[in-house]
Amino acid sequence: MESEAPTMENNPKISAYYQTRLAHFGVVSTEWLAQAQSATNPLPSSSTDSDTDKDTNFSVIDEFNRWRSHPDLAEAVAAIRALAAVISSSKASTMMQLEIELKNASDTLKAWDTTSISLTAASDLFMRYVTRTSALEFEEFNSAKSRLIERADKFGEISYKARKIIAMLSQDFIFDGCTILVHGFSRVVFEVLKLAAHNKKRFRVFCTEGRPDRTGLRLSHELAKLDVPVKLVIDSAVAYTMDEVDMVIVGADGVVESGGIINMMGTYQIALVAKSMNKPVYVAAESYKFARHYLLDQKDLVPAIRPVDFGVPIPLKVDVECSARDYTPPQYLTLLFTDLGVLTPSVVSDELIQLYL
Amino acid sequence: MDARRAPRAVIDPIVRKVGFFTPPDPIPFEFSPSANSLSPVMIPPPRHSSENHDLNSRPSVTSPSGDETIAVSGSCNSVLSELFPAPMLPAPSPKIGNGDGGGIVASSFPSGGFDLTVVKASGGVPVCKLTTVSVVNADSFAIDEREKPNRGGGSTMEGKDQAMNSKQKKDKSSKAERRALQEAQRAAKAAAKAEGNKASGTATSVNVKSAKAAKAPQKVDNTSVAASEKKGGDRPSEKDRKKDVPHPRMQYDDKSRVEKAKRRAVVNQTEARNRVELFRHLPQYEHGSQLPDLEAKFFQLDPVHPSVYKVGLQYLSGDISGGNARCIAMLQAFQDAIRDYTVPSEKTLVRDLTAKISSYVSFLIECRPLSISMGNAIRFLKSQIAKLPLTLSESESKSSLQSDIENFIYEKIILADKAIVEHAVTKIRDGDVLLTYGSSSAVEMILLHAYELGKQFRVVVVDSRPRLRGKLLLRRLVEKGLSCTYTHINAVSYIMQEVTRVFLGASSVLSNGTVYSGVGTACVAMVAHSFHVPVIVCCEAFKFHERVQLDSICSNELGDPDVISKVSGREDVNDLDAWANTENLQLLNLIYDATPSDYVSMIVTDYGMIPPTSVPVVVRKYSREHVWI
Repeated sequence: MESEAPTMENNPKISAYYQTRLAHFGVVSTEWLAQAQSATNPLPSSSTDSDTDKDTNFSVIDEFNRWRSHPDLAEAVAAIRALAAVISSSKASTMMQLEIELKNASDTLKAWDTTSISLTAASDLFMRYVTRTSALEFEEFNSAKSRLIERADKFGEISYKARKIIAMLSQDFIFDGCTILVHGFSRVVFEVLKLAAHNKKRFRVFCTEGRPDRTGLRLSHELAKLDVPVKLVIDSAVAYTMDEVDMVIVGADGVVESGGIINMMGTYQIALVAKSMNKPVYVAAESYKFARHYLLDQKDLVPAIRPVDFGVPIPLKVDVECSARDYTPPQYLTLLFTDLGVLTPSVVSDELIQLYL
Repeated sequence: MDARRAPRAVIDPIVRKVGFFTPPDPIPFEFSPSANSLSPVMIPPPRHSSENHDLNSRPSVTSPSGDETIAVSGSCNSVLSELFPAPMLPAPSPKIGNGDGGGIVASSFPSGGFDLTVVKASGGVPVCKLTTVSVVNADSFAIDEREKPNRGGGSTMEGKDQAMNSKQKKDKSSKAERRALQEAQRAAKAAAKAEGNKASGTATSVNVKSAKAAKAPQKVDNTSVAASEKKGGDRPSEKDRKKDVPHPRMQYDDKSRVEKAKRRAVVNQTEARNRVELFRHLPQYEHGSQLPDLEAKFFQLDPVHPSVYKVGLQYLSGDISGGNARCIAMLQAFQDAIRDYTVPSEKTLVRDLTAKISSYVSFLIECRPLSISMGNAIRFLKSQIAKLPLTLSESESKSSLQSDIENFIYEKIILADKAIVEHAVTKIRDGDVLLTYGSSSAVEMILLHAYELGKQFRVVVVDSRPRLRGKLLLRRLVEKGLSCTYTHINAVSYIMQEVTRVFLGASSVLSNGTVYSGVGTACVAMVAHSFHVPVIVCCEAFKFHERVQLDSICSNELGDPDVISKVSGREDVNDLDAWANTENLQLLNLIYDATPSDYVSMIVTDYGMIPPTSVPVVVRKYSREHVWI
């Protein structure tokens, strides 16, 4: 990994989001440990940003990191909680000031990882949700502030509970004797499967390996613990096994306005194969992942770089495709399981219009 | 009636023809319906070439009765031609319904016509007289409809009212009368078909009558949009009309209505000859005939304000074309009209001004059918007039209206275009090859703005005859320094391999995501889709409409067919010069077409970038905004 290590340290564009996921969910090996160590060091740019932006002792990034260290907590929820903490510890005395503080905090968070869609989306949604009450204009500051805190906490709760709601909604779609294909380690999908196993449904799961971070291995390990029959397939064997599969369930890093999803690299491939074989593709995503981007093709995506470990050293002249995620257009998706309900992909835009316009 | 239906039911599915066809020569039939009390073969027809019989009905449906009715139609011809020596009239759409028209006509009796029916039915030649009666009925019916030339919501109501009225009246007429009437209709129709493919007038309103409520508003809307009150609305298929009256619909000429309309009309349009069957529900006029006449009348026309008149002339001659330009010109003309308007004594401003605007609108429709965006603008203006508080003085009301129009133009068109440009340039990357079709003002602005921002891209301009609007766009782009490629629409599948994005403009976007735009757009969008090239449609939100359209036929606009037969600069290409005299040849010059939503990747509006499925959400929001403004 001589070629990888220097690129990582020199290249500030390595997605911190994926570094975190690496740290939480990747298969731990000696090489990986070394990489993960260097990856999870806080990037110098973000810490200076957070220090200089805040004239108070409170640093939103610190708060964010504190929340983020829970492996179970979605990064976006951590951001929401951090922003809620900003409000409660704010020393502003007018609404305008408070809003400006919030805006700065959310900008800082977004700058921490520019490639994370759910982070951006969640911060924006938080701002809209919290500041959209008309009552704010008429009350005096303290009660308005406490109302804001209330709404912020509520939003945090909703986001936190979103996974449980999604798990409940998707139980109807898992029938006895079905075979589910999953890709990567999505905590939402894991929640879904956990609840299904808990409800004593009989199903089996095909797990893709999910290279390069091999998160599929981790997922298969967890599922085996729940006594769910698991079969591990390498990424190239998806089309081969698609005949036996009844449905595909994936998570999402972000859901875009066209109704398509951004997810771990390989999702697009699986969706294409599933569509051509008439298998439904279900996406389990919380509603705070709805983002206002409109993607037309893969190149519209801001690439999130993630180092690929081939196990053998790669000569320098060989280029490696390092992108960590891809975009799946809405025509390949059947349904979205969200905490707002079970939706078709075209509803995403409706929701966004209602929220933002 | 019932006995006669049986044989026809057998023949229907096989022989029904839809689409472009020329009516076949009438083939002598041995078969004649036994239950027909009117035995038409007894009356030999003197054959005229008269144009006052509609030819739309499917020959298949009438073929069982084709031969025997020819006999009758001849005499009817003579009767009708004596009564109504009118010039050619357009006929409504040639949908399946044939004899239905008889029943419907019979049903649309206003009280005056009813007596006439009774009198005539007892007369000597029952068939012809009934045909006459039916025409008269339709005539009076037409008056009702024309008295309310409102578009949009108003006409929707009226459509329904008329539908209900006519339905009640239908029940009154007896079955024998209806059947006799239907015979006459069929005869007239078959004869007309036999005589040649001449355009004839038909009764629009009759269609409106038996339309199901859902269809009636749309039809009436179409009627007002696509044709003035005198033209035929769209005709639903035979099956739809079969509710209680089992005979097929028939369209029938309506000379008297057209007569009356012509007397009231400012623009004297002469109907085109040799029209395409499938598009008879749309008006088609001889081009170039009205302009000198109107120009001469310029200073004599009191009812029409000079600015409106001028705009109408510009539409007629094609000087103003393009959705935004037409809309802005119309609104500015209305602004002038409102400025010069004074309320007559004994009248309220709201009602009188609304009526005046409606009359201006019908004048503009006569010059050129309205586009959907113009319809939305007019609806906005009328709602603003209706919302004027009564306490305002006349001058205050007028200035408020003028500023409303000003704001509408500024916010919904000018600012909207700016917002669209802002959103759309984010989708242009360096190294892109952008394809555009025709000439859309929004797309032109986007390309120029992207170029100013320094993006590296090149443009492919696809153009098509007869209007060749792409040339103007090309000229403007090349002047600014963009690198462009120019090609004809025949080569679009060839050039599409190199293209990375397609930008299209739209005349309107409908509720099911269908993009209604200049003819050829659908072709470009479909080719792009098959090459997996994203298609981006740029359209201001005020052009969205809650209508749903499934094809390009039910509502469209017909242009001048002569421009198809001629190629400018090539005098030697003159094979089609005598096309109008050839019976078998019809030229079709469609102006719009409908692109299904599957082929559109994204719509850029001033509300942002939305998928085609979200158009109804915007329409809902938009109409709500209108309420609050």
